[in-house]
Amino acid sequence: MHTMVDKHADAVVHAKVAVGLPTPKVSAKDVNVYYGEKRALQDVSVDIPDRGVMAFIGPSGCGKSTFLRCINRMNDTIPICRVTGKITIDDRDIYDPKLDVVQLRARVGMVFQKPNPFPKSIYENVAYGPRIHGLSHSKADLDEIVQSSLEKAGLWNEVKDRLNDSGTGMSGGQQQRLCIARAIAVNPEVILMDEPCSALDPIATARIEELIEQLRKNFCIIIVTHSMQQAARVSQRTAFFHLGSLVEEGVTTEIFTNPKDKRTQDYITGRFG
Amino acid sequence: MSGYYFVTMAALVLTAFFISRARAGRLIKGGVGQLHSLPNYHGLFAASAVFVPMLVIYAVGAPLLERFAETQALSFFGTDAASDALHRNATLRDIQNLVAGQYTGTPADALLEAARTLKSTLWWGNALIYGVGVLAGLLAIGLSVGRVSAAFRARNHFERLVVVVLLLCAAVAVLTTIGIVFSVLYETIRFFFDPSLKGRPTVTEFLFGTEWNPQAAMRADQGDIKTAYGFIPLLTGTLLITLIAIVVAGPLGLFSAIYLSEYATGRFRAWAKPVLEILAGIPTVVLGFFAALTVAPLIRGWGAYFGLDVASESALAAGLVMGMMIIPFISSLSDDVINSVPQSLRDGAYAMGATKSETIKQVVLPAALPGIVSAFMLAISRAIGETMIVVMAAGLAANLTFNPLDAVTTITVQIKTILVGDQEFDSAKTLAAFALGFVLFFVTLVLNIIALTIVRRYREEYD
Amino acid sequence: MTDISASYAAPTRRVDVTSPAAQARIRARYRREKRFKLYGLVALSLAAVFVVVLIGDVLSRGLPAFWQYSLVLDVPVDAAAVSSDGKVDEASIRAADYYPLTRAALEAVFPGELTRSAQKQLVRLVSSDAAQPLRDKLVADPALVGTTVKTRLILSANSDLYYKGSGTPISSREMRGIATPSGTSGDITILTSANDFADVLVELKQRISEQAKALRAEADRLELFAGDSITAKVKALRDEAAKLQQRVDQPKVEEKLDNKMPSLLVAIDGGLVKINTLSDVSARGTVLLPLQSTADAKPGTWKLVTYETPESNRKVSDQEVAFLERLKELNHVERSFNWTFLTAGDSREPELAGIRGALVGTALTLLITLVLCLPIGVMAAIYLEEFARKGRLTDLIEVNINNLAAVPSIVFGLLGLAVFLNFFGMPRSAPLVGGITLGLLVLPTIIIAARAALKAVPPSIKEAALGVGASHQQAIFHHVLPLAMPGIMTGTIIGMAHALGETAPLLMIGMIAFIVDVPHGFTDAATVLPVQIYLWSDLPEVAFKSKTAAAIIVLLMFLFVMNGAAIWLRKRFERRW
Repeated sequence: MHTMVDKHADAVVHAKVAVGLPTPKVSAKDVNVYYGEKRALQDVSVDIPDRGVMAFIGPSGCGKSTFLRCINRMNDTIPICRVTGKITIDDRDIYDPKLDVVQLRARVGMVFQKPNPFPKSIYENVAYGPRIHGLSHSKADLDEIVQSSLEKAGLWNEVKDRLNDSGTGMSGGQQQRLCIARAIAVNPEVILMDEPCSALDPIATARIEELIEQLRKNFCIIIVTHSMQQAARVSQRTAFFHLGSLVEEGVTTEIFTNPKDKRTQDYITGRFG
Repeated sequence: MSGYYFVTMAALVLTAFFISRARAGRLIKGGVGQLHSLPNYHGLFAASAVFVPMLVIYAVGAPLLERFAETQALSFFGTDAASDALHRNATLRDIQNLVAGQYTGTPADALLEAARTLKSTLWWGNALIYGVGVLAGLLAIGLSVGRVSAAFRARNHFERLVVVVLLLCAAVAVLTTIGIVFSVLYETIRFFFDPSLKGRPTVTEFLFGTEWNPQAAMRADQGDIKTAYGFIPLLTGTLLITLIAIVVAGPLGLFSAIYLSEYATGRFRAWAKPVLEILAGIPTVVLGFFAALTVAPLIRGWGAYFGLDVASESALAAGLVMGMMIIPFISSLSDDVINSVPQSLRDGAYAMGATKSETIKQVVLPAALPGIVSAFMLAISRAIGETMIVVMAAGLAANLTFNPLDAVTTITVQIKTILVGDQEFDSAKTLAAFALGFVLFFVTLVLNIIALTIVRRYREEYD
Repeated sequence: MTDISASYAAPTRRVDVTSPAAQARIRARYRREKRFKLYGLVALSLAAVFVVVLIGDVLSRGLPAFWQYSLVLDVPVDAAAVSSDGKVDEASIRAADYYPLTRAALEAVFPGELTRSAQKQLVRLVSSDAAQPLRDKLVADPALVGTTVKTRLILSANSDLYYKGSGTPISSREMRGIATPSGTSGDITILTSANDFADVLVELKQRISEQAKALRAEADRLELFAGDSITAKVKALRDEAAKLQQRVDQPKVEEKLDNKMPSLLVAIDGGLVKINTLSDVSARGTVLLPLQSTADAKPGTWKLVTYETPESNRKVSDQEVAFLERLKELNHVERSFNWTFLTAGDSREPELAGIRGALVGTALTLLITLVLCLPIGVMAAIYLEEFARKGRLTDLIEVNINNLAAVPSIVFGLLGLAVFLNFFGMPRSAPLVGGITLGLLVLPTIIIAARAALKAVPPSIKEAALGVGASHQQAIFHHVLPLAMPGIMTGTIIGMAHALGETAPLLMIGMIAFIVDVPHGFTDAATVLPVQIYLWSDLPEVAFKSKTAAAIIVLLMFLFVMNGAAIWLRKRFERRW
């Protein structure tokens, strides 16, 4: 845990970014996931760089969401789920028993497929993270965090007059942006997005994609999507999953124009999926 | 008499069934396909065509005849016998005893005459019912057997009848409610507004009176005891015991539900759930026994140790045990609502780095709040209406107090006390029990309706 | 989107997890987490403890009632005692008064002169219908008349309880001197050659002094609390203590024993003497069991016996304890299963009371309930699930059913009283009315269960039936209903278990009368098991408390069996579609 916030390590990361060598922010090695007896993910190894968008694509049930949920250990909440292998964030093993999962999740935010604002006010939704992690020292401080998070999520102008309204009363797209605001309120290093636009209409989707474009300057974003167009639009790198294994990973334009694997080719040209 | 009627009816029904079925059966020559309905349905149709009118004739005729015969018999006793219910019933019983040959003593002439009239009226009346019934049955056989043909849609007709019967069964629930409302409301209105009733209170006296003493002075030396029907002490007593019960069962039931639905492993649940189910299945009379014989003396003993005077029928003992009774109630209802909170909300909180308890306290419980509130309301309604525990462990004295160590009485205890034993329907005391029953029904009904509405809305929100 | 880019100018801060403050915060959060989890466990354990204590309490009170102590004595049956007009037949045997026979048999065990009070207490050891087994024996075999019959005599409830251990601990010790009693019956004096009695007197005074000390301690403790009633209580305690202390302060003065102290008795020459006054040289007292002679008793042949529980704290007197102990020594006492409890009707005498009447009443009542609410419930459920068109009427019925399920049971009793008894003039206390009332009470439960069971049958089954040309009703009655039947039966059993435990509505319709006879029909006056429990729990006799608990055990056993059957049915026929 220490290294994740270690000033020195941070500096190293910045230095490497500066010279254009992508140091992996998140790195997975031989990750296997079992649901009871069933192996849902086999031997996935991938490096994900900081400051950018990594897209996971693949047909339904290929394990892309499962892998995403390993990165903030959401799979811990499923009793029969077992994860082997190694996943590191800034070289720190996140499955280290000494590592605290609650603090891990404060560093790795997540946005879900279906917008899931808490049944509380808009303000409380955003203030929730900073509050439980003790990020603010005063009411004014908290107000400021809420405002800046909502601004970053492009929601501030729409809701600034009704911060005390329920978060569940907004439109789907607004709810999803509220969930993004909630996730970035604690300023995480990695944001996981699990098909964030699948429940939204095209206009709301476009707004979310714009938002992702803005956020990637400051965050490491990993997005699972079943829309290849979306992956092509928002991501710099793409990983293709098939039947529980990682088939191919690389720069997005490469993957879409010149896939190395036959299965990737079949998928992006629409032969299956 | 009714025995003959029903035997004949059964015979006619069977005859109709077999004749029709046989006739329909003979229509089959090339195969069943020629018939619209199977022979059995023709038989069933004919049988019901006999059964229904005969049953209706008896069900309408018999009570009418009885009423008519009684009026005839009572006409020998002048007008006062017919008007006063008490007198009327006594005379009727005498007449009936005489008819049955169980009358002791020498009957008066009028009584003999009345008995003879009753007997003959009943005989002629019953013969008439029998005749009409048999006639109707035979007619029905004739008509329905005549209708048997390949094209006749016997099944459709019979199935329509079945649907009506099914509807009537479903209507029993409505009839029960109407019966309840009718019985409590009618007597309650008499309690407040019947001018012939001695000692009846006004509505205001009832609702706001602070003294409850339905027992009128029996002897001269008790002269200063006055009957009073002030509802307030019963209300406070009921609320006090209910409050104690909820204070016990609320947290225990809710925390049990939280633990079972959020923390417990499958194996633990397999052990813990049956324990709660056993608790839920224990009859209240057993809990009352435990409250009165074990818990109450225990509390009294502890009270004495600390120099406190605890009534032997303290509200605390009844309330504690009642609380235990409603733990499974609250926990199973809360378990349901907690489980119906969508997993995505929990995931949202976990992904923010919330611990499990923070997720529960700050996300799951607020989301489940409407459901939990309605669970509590149903539990309160259950506690208010619970009878045996308080009958056995709470007192009879209507003390106006909020001290849980004192004896208090409740609405249900008073209903039971007044109505057990001999009672006549013309005293204010008896009717008071129905007024209490009305209050009880009304309060629990309102609580239930609100709670059920909240639950339904809540379900719709997350479905 | 300008506001997005603009906000990035502001400095951002990250969650701090390394500083000591942050570490402390996370530790505190985990402590709260643990505490919260603990609350849940504590709540569940409390519920479990309550269940265990409740059932343990009922078992410990009730199980002894399934056994019964009785006397086994040789009773000479004189033909004259059981004949009427010189004839011995079944009727005369049944009608005979067995009191003289019983009494004679008892007195034969205790030879010698008994006081009148002792004679009375001797007879009271056995039940008022003690000779019931003897009568049954004679009816079965009239040839026994005129012989001496070895038979059981039913003990009274108090004697029974004494043998079950609610009497007194007894201790005895041998004495050293030579004792001389002054008589064999009545009030006598016993002198001894050694200073046996002086030692006993010292011990007695010691005991009194301890009592006084305990009273003072209690007074001191109570003084810690405030209140007028407490002041009075403290004063009473101190006065009592002072009085006792006075007695202790005069060591040589003789002591009068009262019933607030352990009883001291002398067993000498085959008899038993209760000491009333004790001095350091002699003991004066009353003979409980007559002595055989007034011979001097040598050291070691006579004993001092102590009944530790003071006489005022127990149900049996010293005289009765003496009798009962002697009967036990002579092997006249036998322990056997209490069949009476299962085969007899109710009675005012605890030792003769049984639950058969209540069991039969329960069976009759539940039969009516079942016959009424199973068909109506299932048909109503079929209508609501399959035929009802969505509309006002259906909504009304549904709301109704849900509300009825939550109406207090006593209100159903009011319905039964006002409608069935008062309006329709049905008989009071009858299983018929009880069954109908309970039927209406559990109808909503059964309808709800039956609807759930019908709903659980997948629509594909019905569609398949319709597809081969069955009518809607044929599809339901031939295919859906049979598949839903296990679920419906489970719901019905649970509903019947609910009805079995219900008490309050039955009180309203008069099923609370004291009924000795076992009911024979649906309109006979009857009572049911829960009401019997309520009736017995209200009686003052200690023995009835135990009977009540025993009846509860029977009730709970029925409930466990029914619920077990429901669970078994569910498991056996549970089908995943």
